[in-house]
Amino acid sequence: MGSYLVQRLLLLIPTFIGVTLIGFLVMHLAPGDPAELRAAGGLGGAREGVISRNKQGGVDEALVQWRKQYGLDRPIPVQYAVWLTNLATLNFGDSFKDNQSVWKKISERIPVTVKLNVLSILLVYVVAIPLGIYSATHPNTVGDQITTLVAFVLFAVPLIWAATMAIVFICGGDFLYLFPPAGLESLEYSSNWPLWMKFKDQVWHLFLPVVLLSYDGFAGLSRYMRASMLEVMGQDFVQMARAKGLAERVVIFKHVLRNSLIPQVTILASILPALIGGSVIIETIFSIPGLGQLGYESVLARDYPTVLALFTVSAVLTLLGILISDLLLAVVDPRIAFGRRQQ
Amino acid sequence: MSPRLDSRISEKTSTSEVTGGLWSDVWKRFRRNPIALAGFYVVCFLALIALFADFLANDKPYYLDYRGNTYFPIFRSYLVGIGVSRWPPELVNVDFKKLSGARAIFPLNPYRPSNINLLEPLEPPSSKHWFGTDKLGRDVASGMIHGSRISLSIGFVAVGIAVIIGVVLGAVAGYFGSWVDLAVSRVFEIMLSIPTFFLLITVAALLPPSIFLTMAIIGMTSWVGIARFTRNEFLRIRNLDYVTSAVALGVTDRKVMFKHILPNALAPVIVSVVLGIAGAILVESSLSFLGIGVPAELVTWGSILHEASTTTFAWWLAVFPGFAIFITVLAYYLVGEGLREVLDPRLRGLR
Repeated sequence: MGSYLVQRLLLLIPTFIGVTLIGFLVMHLAPGDPAELRAAGGLGGAREGVISRNKQGGVDEALVQWRKQYGLDRPIPVQYAVWLTNLATLNFGDSFKDNQSVWKKISERIPVTVKLNVLSILLVYVVAIPLGIYSATHPNTVGDQITTLVAFVLFAVPLIWAATMAIVFICGGDFLYLFPPAGLESLEYSSNWPLWMKFKDQVWHLFLPVVLLSYDGFAGLSRYMRASMLEVMGQDFVQMARAKGLAERVVIFKHVLRNSLIPQVTILASILPALIGGSVIIETIFSIPGLGQLGYESVLARDYPTVLALFTVSAVLTLLGILISDLLLAVVDPRIAFGRRQQ
Repeated sequence: MSPRLDSRISEKTSTSEVTGGLWSDVWKRFRRNPIALAGFYVVCFLALIALFADFLANDKPYYLDYRGNTYFPIFRSYLVGIGVSRWPPELVNVDFKKLSGARAIFPLNPYRPSNINLLEPLEPPSSKHWFGTDKLGRDVASGMIHGSRISLSIGFVAVGIAVIIGVVLGAVAGYFGSWVDLAVSRVFEIMLSIPTFFLLITVAALLPPSIFLTMAIIGMTSWVGIARFTRNEFLRIRNLDYVTSAVALGVTDRKVMFKHILPNALAPVIVSVVLGIAGAILVESSLSFLGIGVPAELVTWGSILHEASTTTFAWWLAVFPGFAIFITVLAYYLVGEGLREVLDPRLRGLR
């Protein structure tokens, strides 16, 4: 186990460098360099005609200065190395938009997005695992088929449609007003509220975003769970358990369930990137001040330091998710740590 | 899906068929699944709509009898488009609906998505505008019919790019194994840990808006699944006797990979290609929803939905285009799942 952990951690290094290098190079794909963008205040980018001609001389001088100040006159590999070293101290530079520290802007928003995503992952597992168990214990019944069909149809519902329909029909438009259309707390929210009121307000605001972020995960996970349980049920030790007269409940929950939960751990790694993508859409639609909304705004404003930092932060989150699910898998199934070398 | 699951699922596919070849057998068994077959018909129906969009929704008539001459303006516009023909002077830039003394047969939906009519903004659905109009008075039904072209073409081209990258990388990794496999697998891991959607909106926002760039970007970020399937298949098939004998006979690596192994490795790849089209259509609609990638003046399913999220009383802007995306994606999923069941013998026992 120890050597497996070391091996996994070592393999993370080239992956991390690869991911950040791609992000770094993409930022340099953009027409115009960051200094020009900064000269244009971030917004609009370095398009022609943004700066009037008679001021051009002064701007050119400032550009040269900025390039020197930010090290943009150095070759790209050097710039990347400098950026990586700064990263070690969480120094992502300053935002082009408002000159605030990028890390400060991001760290303010991390809790919001993490809260949304953790709740969504929990909801996915809480709903999908029982559904999968039900389907597997009643295979090919009407109930199984309806469960599979509903989960499958939900999987095909586009997030942007579901969210727009929610905004139009149940968020206080011309139709129903069941949930708030924006934000994470009511306008009249105060820290003096009793705990249950704060809790109620939170639930009311979080309900729609969390449900919307998680509904498409139900299908995948419940189907994997069903397939995995059916596979385990076909094995000899289950027949053995039944043969020695164990109650069906014990067979299912003690013998089958434990063994079929193992592969479900790895699903976590594939849900995470999808959730981060979903956060961009959900946080933009519902005006939730999280990383996704910051990302969307920064991309539109061409605020490179912020975009690159967000890119890195979400890549690190995803890498951690993959690492955690791999390690969990190795903990519950020791064969993994040994078997991997033979591949 | 985890690599471990993938490799187990694809273990027994593409065993040799004695009668009629693999694909006619696949079609025979595919036909027996009514739900998948329904999905297949919807896919064909959508393709026809996209193909004949100009004939279904157009501000030009099929047939025009004007000042003693007979014209077929829709056909003619194709000829003009490729430079073979020209509009007669009296028909240059005219509104065909307002020609006096003309007899014309219009398509059922006599609008183009670019027809702005500021006198009829945000009209609810009626017999005149089936699915209502948007802020600029453009017909939503027409926008959806022509939008299907954008969605489907982006889906197909993006997945085409993804297939080329994925199959080549997966084949190289699976065939050569050892350090090549290790290196390429690192690339897979990098691609999997990249927040793809975030990378997409970043690249799409940095580059000028364009359909072709959007196709390329979606394709270049969505090949990992296909590559991993191909790799796993190649890893398995590489050790089969017929490959060993081909290598022993001195067949070149390239020929062994693409002529001998690839046809047998395609089955599971096909499933991920069909599912990938649905995925690309979803991504495209999300991008146009966010106003990134596809040029702003183009009407797409996603861009109509976006308008709905800002003018919340106009329910028709939310219901219809979203349903179009949903049905398209569902149809491709159903076909993909149907193919998976047919192509994967492991699942046959479960059903």
